[in-house]
Amino acid sequence: MEITDHTGAPTPYIVEMRSITKRFPGVLANDHVDFELKRGEIHALLGENGAGKSTLMNILAGLYHQDGGSILVKGQSVNFSSPRDAIKAGIGMVHQHFMLVPSQTVTENILLGLENPRFLMRLNQYDSKIAALGERFGLIVDPKAKIWQLSVGEQQRVEILKMIYRGAEVLIMDEPTAVLAPQEIDGLFKILRAMAADGKSIIFISHKLQEVTAISDTVTVLRRGKVTARSLPALNVTRQELAKLMVGRDVSFTAVKAFKEPGKVVLDIKNLKTDNDKGLAALRDFSLDIRSGEIVGVAGVAGNGQRELAQVITGLRRCTGGQVFLNGTKVENHEPIFGIDRGISYIPEDRTQVGTAPNLSVTDNIIMKRYRFTPISKGSVINIKAATKMANDLKISYEISVPNVETPVRLLSGGNLQKVILAREISGKPSLMVAVQPTRGLDVGAIEGVHRLLLEQRQAGAAILLISEELEELLSLCDRVFVIYEGCTMGEIKIHNQETSQKMIEQIGMMMTGTPLDQIDLGAEEHV
Amino acid sequence: MEAIIVILQAGIANGTVLLFATLGEIFAERSGVMNLGVEGMMLLGAMSAYSVTIATGNPWLGLLVAMLVSGLLSQIHAYITITLKADQVVSGLALTFLGTGISLVLGEGLSKAGAVSLVPVYSVPLLSAIPILGKIFFTDQSVLVYFGFILAPLAWFYINRTRPGMHLRAVGEYPSAADALGINIFAMRYAYVFLGGMLAGLAGGTISLAISPGWFSEMTTGGQGWIAVGLVIFAQWDPFKAMFGAYIFGALNRVILDIQLPKVILGIANPFFYHTYLGFFLQMIPYAFTILVLVIGSHEANRKRMGAPAALGIPYVRGERGL
Repeated sequence: MEITDHTGAPTPYIVEMRSITKRFPGVLANDHVDFELKRGEIHALLGENGAGKSTLMNILAGLYHQDGGSILVKGQSVNFSSPRDAIKAGIGMVHQHFMLVPSQTVTENILLGLENPRFLMRLNQYDSKIAALGERFGLIVDPKAKIWQLSVGEQQRVEILKMIYRGAEVLIMDEPTAVLAPQEIDGLFKILRAMAADGKSIIFISHKLQEVTAISDTVTVLRRGKVTARSLPALNVTRQELAKLMVGRDVSFTAVKAFKEPGKVVLDIKNLKTDNDKGLAALRDFSLDIRSGEIVGVAGVAGNGQRELAQVITGLRRCTGGQVFLNGTKVENHEPIFGIDRGISYIPEDRTQVGTAPNLSVTDNIIMKRYRFTPISKGSVINIKAATKMANDLKISYEISVPNVETPVRLLSGGNLQKVILAREISGKPSLMVAVQPTRGLDVGAIEGVHRLLLEQRQAGAAILLISEELEELLSLCDRVFVIYEGCTMGEIKIHNQETSQKMIEQIGMMMTGTPLDQIDLGAEEHV
Repeated sequence: MEAIIVILQAGIANGTVLLFATLGEIFAERSGVMNLGVEGMMLLGAMSAYSVTIATGNPWLGLLVAMLVSGLLSQIHAYITITLKADQVVSGLALTFLGTGISLVLGEGLSKAGAVSLVPVYSVPLLSAIPILGKIFFTDQSVLVYFGFILAPLAWFYINRTRPGMHLRAVGEYPSAADALGINIFAMRYAYVFLGGMLAGLAGGTISLAISPGWFSEMTTGGQGWIAVGLVIFAQWDPFKAMFGAYIFGALNRVILDIQLPKVILGIANPFFYHTYLGFFLQMIPYAFTILVLVIGSHEANRKRMGAPAALGIPYVRGERGL
């Protein structure tokens, strides 16, 4: 079918967004943004966190309404007041946080909100229909399975199916690779290509450059709510160019790691077992060791026990078996203060709930682990002067950009908040740092800073446990990487001088999806 | 044997009251709204049903008005918790006091009204002839008891096998997913809180017009609304298990009364007969059990394990992450 514009002249675009402006209190999220999408293309929308990508796409998907500008779909002006309107116009969005009901089946989730069936749910009929639709695009998933039984990759397929079932011709994928293991990413890319070949148009929101160059036909870059590059052909653009468009300055991609001879063993975890909040096994048999001057990574798909591992080490969760030794002392199943006093510092995944007290000032948050000691306190009285001085000193040395140290930390950006946490944790001269997703949600510049600080601590002789879902981050920072799957150690990969290979990545990917290292035969895998 | 049949027969009748209230609360909680105002709504229902029946002589009209009035009362809770997004526990407790207060003021003098026409009692032909079971379930029971037999399976079927039921479950489990697909979370929650109120009103009317007819101020419901709230957790939000639990508690209530009657029990002097104050201890038992269930149910991990709706108690705000 040919698309025509309002004058009847043919236009190659299935979606055109013209001069979109969206304002949130205190922020201009989209400033006269133009965006257009051709039928059958994979169009990457690139930008740092807070650049306005998600806002723009939430407008297109009907979740927000623009303050200014217009949207044309197939040449027709549209005005969406809800996601339902957008889906009717053929635009579906797959959110980063899946919008699936865990206790319902795949089919139920796909049928949710539809007119048909009207009253009785004869699910069997629909199961086969959905299975057939999935096969067309390689979206293989069991329609009878409950969502909570599915892997993250499968859940993503359900989300895509949900949109296709509704007749979506334009699919907006919001950071779809953030939650996937490497092999799953390959699988997703195959699906996206199959859909594009079938005439669907795909918008791929991302801040990861290598993915953008790998999958997309066209790239649009946003920076601070403005378009810095519009519909660039992806073929003849380099990562460096894209990074500059995205950040506005040159960016160094890999942190440079100096040589450091590892010292004695600082952290030794043996056969650790613990339960999660639901009382189910989270760690089944996890072992790992870190020497001083080493960064050791834990790779794995989210929810395989990483969170519980960090909590057991820091004393926030009791373990049901195994031991944790810190410099030879057993530290498991003690109060958190026991570990803190023995040199454990913690960069938690959740900055606003665990890492800081949002309504307290920068000063209060900085002295949180120090207030029991002189000069911050004397007896039971806090020396405000000394506390403020310490906060101000750290504000300068960690380049925390905040008007003054009395500001409540809830007003800080993600990057600055992380700097406050790092300042507090590092200034205690830790012998062990436990860092969980320390760069999640930060922009490229802030990520560089966090990486630099971690490497400095390594040089200073700290043992660092880095739990991350960003494989690239692990490979560039770590000396060794352990892979966790369903609470078990799958294997260990050593990295010398930041030299990584495709084989290494494949091995890690296989382990992340449940194959122990000693069972991986990459030669045989080629033929499958 | 005969005594056990009588106890069970009464248990089914008493349990019907709990069943209606529990089913109503299951609907509300499945949509994500906990309404601790059941007791207040029931009392208002009992009072309305009774007074309308006195005025018109028509118990069916009494029940209808009771359902509407309690449904309306529940909308105060709906507005406070859904629109204003206030704490559901606090609002629900306030609703109980509000419902109780209104009922006691408007119900003043009702207890002296004399005989009113009640919901008819009926024995089902054929079924009542079945030995033992026929006697327990289908002989000389109120029409409302039979309605309870039908209502619980219907509720189960509605929740698990129909499109609106699927939407209801989605709204209580993961409202933002439902919202993204165009389901109106707010309208759904208002509607199911209303349904919960109507069923609580029906439960109240069932007391005053069928099971233990009359108006005895706050003793009319005597805290059964709280047992219903506990039963929802005990039943794991499942209408069939609610039926089971309601009848057990109904029978328990009867046993507690019966145990105080004989002078000699199991060959010894019955302490509950000679010391009437000990009866209060017996009457406390269902409530102690309710507290126990609530304590177990308020533990986060237990709730997840028992299958509580994941969004229960959490006001829905569009655009916020997570639930």
